[in-house]
Amino acid sequence: MLHSESFVTPDGRTIGPTVMEMKNITLRFGGVVAIKDISFDIREGEIRAIIGPNGAGKSSMLNVVSGFYNPQEGEVWYKGAKRPPMKPYQVARQGIARTFQNIALFEGMSVLDNVMTGRLNHMTSGIFSQALWWGKAEREEVANREAVEKVIDFLEIQHIRKTPVARLPYGLKKRVELARALAAEPKILLLDEPMAGMNVEEKEDMSRFILSVNDEFGTTIALIEHDMGVVMDLSDRVVVMDYGKKIGDGTPDEVRGNQAVIDAYLGVAHD
Amino acid sequence: MPANGTGEDYRVTAAVPATAGLKSVPALLARNASAFGDKAAYREKEFGIWQSWTWSETADEVEALALGLLTLGVNPGDHIAIIGRNRPSLYWSMVATQAVGAVPVPLYQDAVGEEVAYVLDHCQARFIIAGDQEQVDKVLDIQDRLKGLDHIVYLDARGMRKYDHSKLSQFHELQAKGRAQKSSLMAELQARTDALTYDSTCVMLYTSGTTGRPKGVVLSNQNIIETSKNSCEFDGLGAGEEVLAYLPMAWVGDFIFSIGQAYWTGFCTNCPESAGTMMLDLREIGPTYYFAPPRVFETQLTNVMIRMEDAGRFKKWLFHRYMNVAKRVGPQILDGKSVGLGDKLSYALGNLFVYGPLKNTLGFTNVRVGYTAGEAIGPEIFEFYRSLGINLKQLYGQTEASVFITQQPDNEVRPDTVGVPSPGVELKIADSGEVFYRGPGTFVEYFQNADSTADTKDPEGWVATGDAGFIEKDSGHLRIIDRAKDVGKMADGRLFAPKYVENKLKFFPNILEAVVFGNGRDRCCAFINIDMTAVGNWAERNNIAYGGYQELSQHGQVLDMIQRHVEEVNASVASDEMLSGCQIHRFLVLHKELDADDGEMTRTRKVRRRIIEEKFADLIDALYDGSPQISTTTEVTYEDGRKGSISATLELRDAVVVQAQMAAE
Repeated sequence: MLHSESFVTPDGRTIGPTVMEMKNITLRFGGVVAIKDISFDIREGEIRAIIGPNGAGKSSMLNVVSGFYNPQEGEVWYKGAKRPPMKPYQVARQGIARTFQNIALFEGMSVLDNVMTGRLNHMTSGIFSQALWWGKAEREEVANREAVEKVIDFLEIQHIRKTPVARLPYGLKKRVELARALAAEPKILLLDEPMAGMNVEEKEDMSRFILSVNDEFGTTIALIEHDMGVVMDLSDRVVVMDYGKKIGDGTPDEVRGNQAVIDAYLGVAHD
Repeated sequence: MPANGTGEDYRVTAAVPATAGLKSVPALLARNASAFGDKAAYREKEFGIWQSWTWSETADEVEALALGLLTLGVNPGDHIAIIGRNRPSLYWSMVATQAVGAVPVPLYQDAVGEEVAYVLDHCQARFIIAGDQEQVDKVLDIQDRLKGLDHIVYLDARGMRKYDHSKLSQFHELQAKGRAQKSSLMAELQARTDALTYDSTCVMLYTSGTTGRPKGVVLSNQNIIETSKNSCEFDGLGAGEEVLAYLPMAWVGDFIFSIGQAYWTGFCTNCPESAGTMMLDLREIGPTYYFAPPRVFETQLTNVMIRMEDAGRFKKWLFHRYMNVAKRVGPQILDGKSVGLGDKLSYALGNLFVYGPLKNTLGFTNVRVGYTAGEAIGPEIFEFYRSLGINLKQLYGQTEASVFITQQPDNEVRPDTVGVPSPGVELKIADSGEVFYRGPGTFVEYFQNADSTADTKDPEGWVATGDAGFIEKDSGHLRIIDRAKDVGKMADGRLFAPKYVENKLKFFPNILEAVVFGNGRDRCCAFINIDMTAVGNWAERNNIAYGGYQELSQHGQVLDMIQRHVEEVNASVASDEMLSGCQIHRFLVLHKELDADDGEMTRTRKVRRRIIEEKFADLIDALYDGSPQISTTTEVTYEDGRKGSISATLELRDAVVVQAQMAAE
């Protein structure tokens, strides 16, 4: 189902036409079928959640979107064109950035340097120019640093700018990961369990940041999350997966009332 | 303890008349823009870089905003509330407000909706200049109760795009609008600025008040300008000073330092990037003139000591060896007294190895004049900083005095006094022991509260401080004993001065806050708040497991430790004849930190006794009826204003008291 029209939500955000569409994706690892014939779309400017019990195939799905896995069957359409099999770095260049379920930062580097790595795709100066630190390389670094500082300001991590990541608590590391993904100025931001392992206060902070990223920059967000409260509050539409299959798709209210979803989460009695 | 002076009158030189023409802050700004137009007036760290504005740029920004305010229809005498963290734009807002003849009313940025509503309603603020979305939301939540409210200006546009802008303007857009209409509005602005006199209201500040509702203290241009002039001359402050503006803008001290003295001398005000980066920014700026409440100095010292515990053996040895040298001779060297050649040499080496690098880390390398006030500071803490060569002094003041009542001159600094009367200020001690003052900074009135004004200020201009104290005969220094209304009598008639005991308790790094009860009772009991940083660190070192504040506070070994502290204090209190009755017989460690959001403290962190007595009545009863433990539930307010409650079972402990020496020889 492809959406071509735009509309404005009650809280004033504009949700545009479909920007990415997954068509009949099937992903296998040997004999194990991780994703079975799943189709859904992501619209421009929306917050799209993928939920499901453990092992449902959510992370695999996100990895298909990010180009880490290439599905055996099915097609990925991005901005109206079919996407050929790609390496993750090529997908990143198309404007899709992500964070990881298990934090994947450079532990020995400072927060600032970590976030700077997010600007990689915005650097074009050559190795010699960078080694000499002259001309274009210098100008580029200044421009990138400015972009990074705006992200640091946005996510309120000024106080740890120069702190090595290894010394930070978990919640802040998660925020630094989000900063690095944001520094890439993505069109689509993929968040793999952004709130896992957080306490209530940290979850509230992270929710606030996700909403303001979507609101201020109009970034499309696809996220996987276990905390149902968070998902239902944040997202515009939800895909529900179970055992590699899609069992529900719709607004949080629709999904909440879906019997298949209730069964998957609460379990059903077997005769 | 010597007897209180009775009705003595310590007269100092009369107030110096102000320089002609400089009778308002906007006039000082104009002078600065022409006298040192290219000198930095403000700096703010933004996006990781210090941005700066010269005095002439500042004059331009203030003018644009003032014109913008005229386009909104600000009338002379309107009140404009300003709420947000320390930022140059908000300081400019205060001056622009004055320039159009209106009155700036800065508010505490962490105040909750109810407090903000009271103040905005009381002063009938027509306009509000807010720092960011959080502050705007706070005002919008209560706007139904604000009949006078006309328009809100906000600074940080983040998150504000979707708001209804019929009554909202962005700060820079308002400035642009003002600039665009400069030709038509400039004459009006000039006329309003020229109309300001020495008697015009400069600022209105709401005092937090340990009792009752906040009161709006009206301070005139004369109050602010003469106080600034006198205090700058007292300490020889000039245009070259650097200050870090990090204390709440609603507090009178920040207004005097960052507006009064800064505009009088033309020195530079630096604003930190965020609250979290304050210590880093302090180090980068290296202020020459620095103010902090005792708590900030205590926290910094605690952090230094905790980090030294982690240092290697050699570094530890070096640190302690040279800190001993500093303790012995540092204060004398700072006061310019002569010490032996060997000591001089040791101190110089210590400066090279320890004091210099330590001051650099703390951001105190360039401090020429440092002040602390608001609460008593522990003698050890005070001596620590002075022994490093930091000229830390004490002052005594209040909002109603435009800060300065007494202050310590260089080379006459002691931890137990608050100094001599500030230039132009007269002091007298009433028969009751209460300190009275009058001077150029004495406030005009409490806004729309003639009764309170009359209660506090007599027709001759003497203001009651509410503090009991006495003037030392030989040095002329003022010593403060306690809040006059807190000083009471115990059941058997002995003197009860809770602050005196509480301060002794708070000087232990493990104790953050203490509240002593005993007025009208036969013995004293106390509530203790542990210092989470210090006690948490101690627990970590001693392998004591705990799940959080509440559990740690009730841990048996923590209670043992606090009990030792209490008993040490008892021994020390017992040696004072007058106050030996204030020894603590029983105490408990509270399961929550006393907090301004719960109304238990003022925004400037002073204990509100009456509220604590009501709120924790069950705990106080348990202290006096001898029960060994008590279960209690306490309501708490979260930062976003929601309420919750915490339950705990507290252990009550008896402390050993020392028999007072009967009749000193």
